[in-house]
Amino acid sequence: MLGDGILKGLAETARNFFGSYVSRDRLTTIQYPEQRDPQIEAARSFPFLVFDGADWQQGLRCVSCQICEKECPPKCIFIEKSKDKKPDAVGKPQFYPVRFDIDISVCMSCQICVEVCPFDAIKMDVDYDLSTDDRFGGLLLDRQRLAKSNEHYNKIHPTEAAAVDAALAEERAKAKAAAEAKASAAAKAATEAKAAAVANPAPAPQPAAGESQ
Amino acid sequence: MSTAAFPAAVLPTQQIGSEPTSGPSTEQLLELSMGPQHPSTHGVFRMNVVLDGERVVRLKPVFGYLHRNHEKIAESETYLGSMPYTDRLDYICPLTNNWAYALAVEKLAGIQVPERAEYLRVIVGELTRLQNHACLVGFLMQDMGCSGTPLMYAFRQREMVLDLFEALTGARMMCNYMRFGGCRVDLPAGWLDQTKKVLQQFPRFLDEFERLLIGNEILMGRTQGIGVLSKELAVSAGISGPMARASGVDYDIRKVDRYGIYDRFAFRVPLGSHGDVYDRLMIRVLEMRESLGILDQAMRDLPAGPIVDPKTKIRGFRPKPGEAYGRIEAPKGELGFYLISDGSPNPYRYRVRPPSLINLTVLEDLCLGHNVADIVIILGSVDIVLGEVDR
Repeated sequence: MLGDGILKGLAETARNFFGSYVSRDRLTTIQYPEQRDPQIEAARSFPFLVFDGADWQQGLRCVSCQICEKECPPKCIFIEKSKDKKPDAVGKPQFYPVRFDIDISVCMSCQICVEVCPFDAIKMDVDYDLSTDDRFGGLLLDRQRLAKSNEHYNKIHPTEAAAVDAALAEERAKAKAAAEAKASAAAKAATEAKAAAVANPAPAPQPAAGESQ
Repeated sequence: MSTAAFPAAVLPTQQIGSEPTSGPSTEQLLELSMGPQHPSTHGVFRMNVVLDGERVVRLKPVFGYLHRNHEKIAESETYLGSMPYTDRLDYICPLTNNWAYALAVEKLAGIQVPERAEYLRVIVGELTRLQNHACLVGFLMQDMGCSGTPLMYAFRQREMVLDLFEALTGARMMCNYMRFGGCRVDLPAGWLDQTKKVLQQFPRFLDEFERLLIGNEILMGRTQGIGVLSKELAVSAGISGPMARASGVDYDIRKVDRYGIYDRFAFRVPLGSHGDVYDRLMIRVLEMRESLGILDQAMRDLPAGPIVDPKTKIRGFRPKPGEAYGRIEAPKGELGFYLISDGSPNPYRYRVRPPSLINLTVLEDLCLGHNVADIVIILGSVDIVLGEVDR
């Protein structure tokens, strides 16, 4: 029949037009800035640095090992290592970054920095409305703007963060146990040494003999 | 549009193809530059067309506008560092690009892939094929002037697959999912159920699409007998993928190489008999149906287990000196990566065999004698992505 295809097409259009009044999932538009789709857990936009506790400078997990700087495919990370050390997430004294910049106008959100980081210090954020009118300063994030709390990390990637927290807690417990064992061993050694010293008095100090010559 | 207004340096007419043996003298011919900013060229691609009225006498494809030095950059990156760049080759189907590259590196370094990872690769690879073909048939309708609605129908289906990719890999298009010796993350909770739901809707989409469009007389009139690629030319020009199969060449690397675990699935390879635009369109629709079958089998048999080979190092990965060529049946054809290692952390040589570029080389043969409006659909039916053609 002539015009068969046109009628078929129009029937399809009519079905969808009236269907959109009946079924909610045919209406896919949301009012964006006010209304937002819930974020999925695997989402990623740009990296951020995780810190524990309240003070971001004290709590930064990054130990400035510069692996991510080397592995980053478009080379958008810049790190300057500190001269002194501060305790890291486990409690071991480590270097920290005095400068940590990520140029997110170069970053391609590939997540390789996250995968290579041995300290769980850098993770992917889910923030997406990052447009700015300052194309140089606004897109070159320094460590203060990159630092986000562990609570934030737990909020955006709950499953992944829980696993990281568990691993870190285990390591902290291990470090604590090791420190305690070391302390007790030292104390034991000290008491033993004291006991030995009491039992047989110390011999004449050798250095004094050396000095006399 | 201008009559022979190009300076010799821009359009060296004497180099375009061969002189026409018969027909009107060259003064009456019209030289037309289609592209690079032409809505039908699927990207920044230019065709220098010489026309006799509406008929194409000569055609010279000009590409390289999107060249970004992919192969040379890869030589200064680590092996892993090139993985996110492969997403950007054929940006419609990043996961198959990842797969081909991972396959080449695994061959080079002799890495075994765990069972579950192989299944995951098949699942995401076939989903990629589904969304690529859905995308292509929509675009082809758009090229034919069937504006808007069919493309939106195809994109509605594609969006659902992209949502699955996002839930799994964190990105809709730049997935960066495969790793040497496996995959990056395991399936999130509820992903398989969601996939089954999406795939249940797919046959309905295909039925609707075929009912409305494939049997449509206008579409048949526009596509049948247009851009015929003979079987002999397809073989001798190295054409692969759906384009070769539409010409009747029974060549599917999933069947020939049986890479991964493709020997475990029962599926058929649809073949065309005419090699025209209509056959190329139909091949895509039929392949989508076969992919649905493979996906059903893969999701049914998906085993539990590790998703990555634990012996593969993510930092300091240095394969032994040697060379390897890994190839897969990407949605567009044979996608291969050729790597030479000299034992250092970065490849000594890195070469991509892109299906789009090789399939594009016969464009002039397909277009000769057809109208200008047919060039658009012939180019559309070749299925190119300029990210891969220019690299």
